[in-house]
Amino acid sequence: MEIKVVHQIMEWNEDVSNEVKEELKSKKVCLVNVMGSPGAGKTSLITTIINKLGDKYRFGVIEGDIAGQIDAEKMKALGIPVVQLNTDGACHIEAMSIQNILPDFNLDELDVIFVENIGNLVCPAEFNIGESFRIAILSVPEGDDKVAKYPLMFATTDGLVLNKYDMIEYFDFDTERVINDAKDVNPDVKIMNVSSRTGEGVDELCEWFCSKIK
Amino acid sequence: MHELAVTQGILDIAVKEAEKVGGRKVTRISIKLGALSGMVPACIQEYYDIISEDTPAYKARLEFDIVPAVIKCNECGSESEIARYRLRCPVCDANKVELIRGREMYIDSMEVEDGD
Repeated sequence: MEIKVVHQIMEWNEDVSNEVKEELKSKKVCLVNVMGSPGAGKTSLITTIINKLGDKYRFGVIEGDIAGQIDAEKMKALGIPVVQLNTDGACHIEAMSIQNILPDFNLDELDVIFVENIGNLVCPAEFNIGESFRIAILSVPEGDDKVAKYPLMFATTDGLVLNKYDMIEYFDFDTERVINDAKDVNPDVKIMNVSSRTGEGVDELCEWFCSKIK
Repeated sequence: MHELAVTQGILDIAVKEAEKVGGRKVTRISIKLGALSGMVPACIQEYYDIISEDTPAYKARLEFDIVPAVIKCNECGSESEIARYRLRCPVCDANKVELIRGREMYIDSMEVEDGD
């Protein structure tokens, strides 16, 4: 006997994602999902933004890693609330994990929570986690073909940071190609050339960031 | 690797639906999968056969119907099938387009064994 079902497979994650969104909205907290490869500079970019905008917003961070708490310790040094989320092997963070972790924060005392997702250009893009917006990071040494190779990551992001831009002269990195590929999958994406190390592009990034915080 | 999470979603829905009809054995699950969904069907079946053990939907055959990706151009109004993720109208080259099909991921129907 055939049964008609018509049921979204990802509904379990979407439902929880919407619940997280509602809860954060009621507390006026903005969740920012930061994604990129291992070594693209996610932790550095987050600390750069916090250092620059720490007087304007009260930040918290959820550090997603498969194992360990190396990044969480770096963040703690900034004196902000940090919660480590270990996925024990899983390649991405799901909305349920964020929902479970939110009680560890005092949401009345926060404006922005960064989620540093698992370093991976594939899986994290598939899962909404209740975020207000997404930042994808692609660093110059990774190569200019990554947008074409991993389209979903770049199709679903609000901002694309081309990080380690101070290294541009040492790599055959065709910025125009990246821009064209990104606009092909995501016409409205905001693309910014940044170096967390030298501070290049950080003002523009922070200006955009502030415009996204509601 | 995120297929595992998706597979768990498929199993949970199948088991719930099977319960609605008295816990009958599920033999087939038909899934609509958009061409741009990023999922690997063979991988899903592989995971499924492992995690479905001890459920009424154990080792059901997963049938995937791939839905081609289609974009609609907001400039010239044409609808075009696209072979890869590129949101640009192949007719007029505008990038004011919408992806109207191709990211689907849902269970369409299931086959369960007939009751007595």
